[in-house]
Amino acid sequence: MTATAEAPTGSRGAQPPVPDGAITITLKVRRFNPEFDDEPRWDSFEIPALPSDRVLNLLHYVKWYLDGTLTFRRSCAHGICGSDAMRINGVNRLACKVLLKDLLAGGGKPTTITVEPIKGLPVHKDLLVDMEPFFEAYRAVKPYLITYGNEPTRERVQSIADRERFDDTTKCILCAACTTSCPVYWTEGSYFGPAAIVNAHRFIFDSRDEGAEERLDILNDVDGVWRCRTTFNCTDACPRGIQVTKAIQEVKRALLFKRV
Amino acid sequence: MSDLVLDKPRSPRRPAARRGNFELYSWLFMRISGVALVVLVLGHLFIMNILDGGVHRINFGFVAGRWASPFWQFWDLLMLWLAQIHGGNGLRTVINDYARKDATRFWLKVLLFTSMVLVIGLGTYVIFTFDPNITD
Repeated sequence: MTATAEAPTGSRGAQPPVPDGAITITLKVRRFNPEFDDEPRWDSFEIPALPSDRVLNLLHYVKWYLDGTLTFRRSCAHGICGSDAMRINGVNRLACKVLLKDLLAGGGKPTTITVEPIKGLPVHKDLLVDMEPFFEAYRAVKPYLITYGNEPTRERVQSIADRERFDDTTKCILCAACTTSCPVYWTEGSYFGPAAIVNAHRFIFDSRDEGAEERLDILNDVDGVWRCRTTFNCTDACPRGIQVTKAIQEVKRALLFKRV
Repeated sequence: MSDLVLDKPRSPRRPAARRGNFELYSWLFMRISGVALVVLVLGHLFIMNILDGGVHRINFGFVAGRWASPFWQFWDLLMLWLAQIHGGNGLRTVINDYARKDATRFWLKVLLFTSMVLVIGLGTYVIFTFDPNITD
């Protein structure tokens, strides 16, 4: 197979018939190809779509029928794997969870949807970013069970009330929507970021875990929870509905009163 | 085959790496000094700009009269120190957030710290050495 410089085409050939009730929308995608581009650029596509389509369907349409070089991540396409976090109309969302009908311009005006890669992480290509800095911060808070002494002979019992304390933060799917919506993270990548703090919270407030002190010490750092400015961008961005800012505040309170 | 897991049965909990509580205290200070400054600054503005004809009555004699009382001396001193440290700490976090290079960060903080020390020093000096009977 040789590289050719002809006009881009989709990876699945001819466009399918336009379904009844479809409307034409403009999809503006912020693109970057490290082999040709010095700067990111905007590409626009006219797409026939149904109001019940998700933004991910629009991206698929572009990739399959218009321009096969469009690059983005997606795995499960049902809001569980957390692969397709991106900036849609300026806010971080999962492309597989945003419906077109919620983005339509009112009064029958033509609709334009902008899609950009999530901010604060290096862009590899188009919507694909390097997630390594994000996962490095995640690993730094020791997101696993830490215990000392002998293992119990039976399971580690936990009451319903104890489980309830960290229930919200168990929902995280590590999509990075919260961390890359944080203005502090945009300018200072050494900040742990909301996602790492959420996952630390999940173990700090777990009655079975004994590593709370270690994790609280890590988050007491200049790059830890005190860097949070409570702008609530993370809470708004979370596709799982986690009260991220509240979790960060609970970690702050645990540090302040030295009590979990 | 099952190994008998008796690894250090009485092992003490690993002492966590101590990183100091500076950021915690600076965060706490911002909250407390912020509340104090609301009272101090609003009170100051009310006295200076609204009470008894407001800003038009302020002259050398007015300032001398207020600073004759240790209460107002203390009020102004507290306001000066809290405002300087509160604002300086705020700028410190802004510098931490936005300075990209370590050298930029360092020199901006040097500039900030120097200006804070100068203003606090000069203000404190004036409040304590103010002479109402100064003649020129």
